[in-house]
Amino acid sequence: MTTAAWVPRKRRGAEFFLTVLAVFIGIAAYASVGLGVEGTIPADTYKLGGALIVVAIATHLIVRKVAPYADPVLLPLVIALNGLGLAMIYRLDLGRRQIDPERAAFANSQLVWTAVGIAAFAGILMLVRDHRRLQTLTYTFGLAAIGLLILPLLPHFGRTINGARIWVNFGPFSFQPGEAAKVCLAIFFAGYLVVKRDALALAGRRIMGIDLPRGRDLGPILAGWLISVGILVLQRDLGSSLLFFGLFVVMLYVATERPGWLVVGAVLFGAGAYFGYLGFGHVRVRFDAWLDPFGDPDRNGQIINGLFGLAHGGILGQGWGQGSPQLTPYSFSDFIAASMGEELGLTGLMAIIVIYGLIVERGLRISLTCRDAFGKLLAAGLAFSFALQVFVVVGGVTRLIPLTGLTTPFMAQGGSSVVMNWAIIGLLLRISDQTRRPAPEISTFASDEETQVVKLS
Amino acid sequence: MSELTLTLIKLGFLAVLWLFVLSAVSVIRSDIFGTKATSAPKPAKSKQKAPAKAKNRKAPRGVPTKLQVVSGPNAGQSVPLGDKPILLGRGTDAAIRLDDDYVSTRHARFATNGEQWFVEDLGSTNGTYLGSQRITSPVPIGIGIAVRLGKTIVELQK
Repeated sequence: MTTAAWVPRKRRGAEFFLTVLAVFIGIAAYASVGLGVEGTIPADTYKLGGALIVVAIATHLIVRKVAPYADPVLLPLVIALNGLGLAMIYRLDLGRRQIDPERAAFANSQLVWTAVGIAAFAGILMLVRDHRRLQTLTYTFGLAAIGLLILPLLPHFGRTINGARIWVNFGPFSFQPGEAAKVCLAIFFAGYLVVKRDALALAGRRIMGIDLPRGRDLGPILAGWLISVGILVLQRDLGSSLLFFGLFVVMLYVATERPGWLVVGAVLFGAGAYFGYLGFGHVRVRFDAWLDPFGDPDRNGQIINGLFGLAHGGILGQGWGQGSPQLTPYSFSDFIAASMGEELGLTGLMAIIVIYGLIVERGLRISLTCRDAFGKLLAAGLAFSFALQVFVVVGGVTRLIPLTGLTTPFMAQGGSSVVMNWAIIGLLLRISDQTRRPAPEISTFASDEETQVVKLS
Repeated sequence: MSELTLTLIKLGFLAVLWLFVLSAVSVIRSDIFGTKATSAPKPAKSKQKAPAKAKNRKAPRGVPTKLQVVSGPNAGQSVPLGDKPILLGRGTDAAIRLDDDYVSTRHARFATNGEQWFVEDLGSTNGTYLGSQRITSPVPIGIGIAVRLGKTIVELQK
């Protein structure tokens, strides 16, 4: 025997163990925030801890029931991130209210959104029993993505917050449909590229060493993508347009196996960034803040505060509740990575980045082992969108690249982001359940069962 | 709350955080390399099943080396099996160009993952059949299992 055959295993026990650890991390973080800020364990720790345990057991049981072969690591990793994020948002609520008691608290609403997200996760696992069914709805998802993106531009629903018109009012809640559009667009790209990838890769002309596909093959997807990026530029949501652009280029590359697409993508991105720099004032502000934040400390206060926070944290951090991350504007959403770095230090921030890395690794592995092309493309696209998002946010906060407004998945305050990221994890688990299941038995048929061609004339 | 306790809590929390990360990594690791423990009972399982299958039909063992057209207009032709997928159909890019009016231009594909061969229908008009079943997704096939495309029957042979 040359290679050991890969034996399908459920590994639900390992998942349970990791989930227990993840829940413990969440509760311990919450309790130590109380100890650090007020010197006592918060009175509602038992309530929150109980809720977290119930939710974790419920998700675990749901996975056991409807996706028994799903990946054992993804769910605990996500629960840990979500717990850390909740504790940090609670901590920042306390800190920001010490500055000004009038400021809004986000921890409770974030908790509610997390619950909604987990419901979405469970719903997807239960409703989508086979991810290949989604492929039949390729164009429906494409249209849904465009519809969702247009929604904030409509006069009655749309709301402008911080210069970006990307929110939709939904009764007392406001929702960011761009997050949902991301998932719809990933499904649309995957479904379309599976059907057209041979035509895209083989038919066409070769210009400057790059095989360009025919217009009729690339047309629909290019149109869908141009419309969505165009809408985002109109709404001045540059972070999401960067994310969609990256998703598009990478899925095209994965589907056609042509590295030329990466070159084309990089060139287009460079051109876009250059014209953005010339055309949009706020892009120039971001660039200048990236190259020389201390040149204008008043305008770049946020990024400077974030850097000071990271430096204050050092290797081991200040400990939960003992730094001052609340001084940074948007320390609970865009800059939550810097807040984590201040309180948990390089050690903690690296653990968080490794957790993100593991989530991406599991996504790409699901894509590698998946048996059908649609699932492969979808998993690769979703995993990549995660990776790009974390890279853009953490890179922006640490001044590796210019700061762009994207959410840190699962940690940053923001309902739509949490809900849709849980939905993405649901999809990934569904694909991995299909992938890791034992292969169907080799078919053997008795000869009388076989079909044959019957002569009629 | 004394400084010392808070420092201990801080260090303890970081330790637990990394413990979690490392145990996640070890679960992933045993997922990749952990087949040794379960590979022992596996032969026993296949021994149990082998006689049952032998009753139905002799299941030839070994590695297939060629794809043979057993019946139909192209009967007798074969392609050697390699690592590359094999395309069957009436088109010019097919490994065997089947002169069968009931076969589509790109009808079916045979591919391997290194251990097992699979047949996959490429959206043909008349379908690809294993026995009486029309296949809709890649299906693993063994030696001597007849696959029907149009009026043509092909099988893997040693």
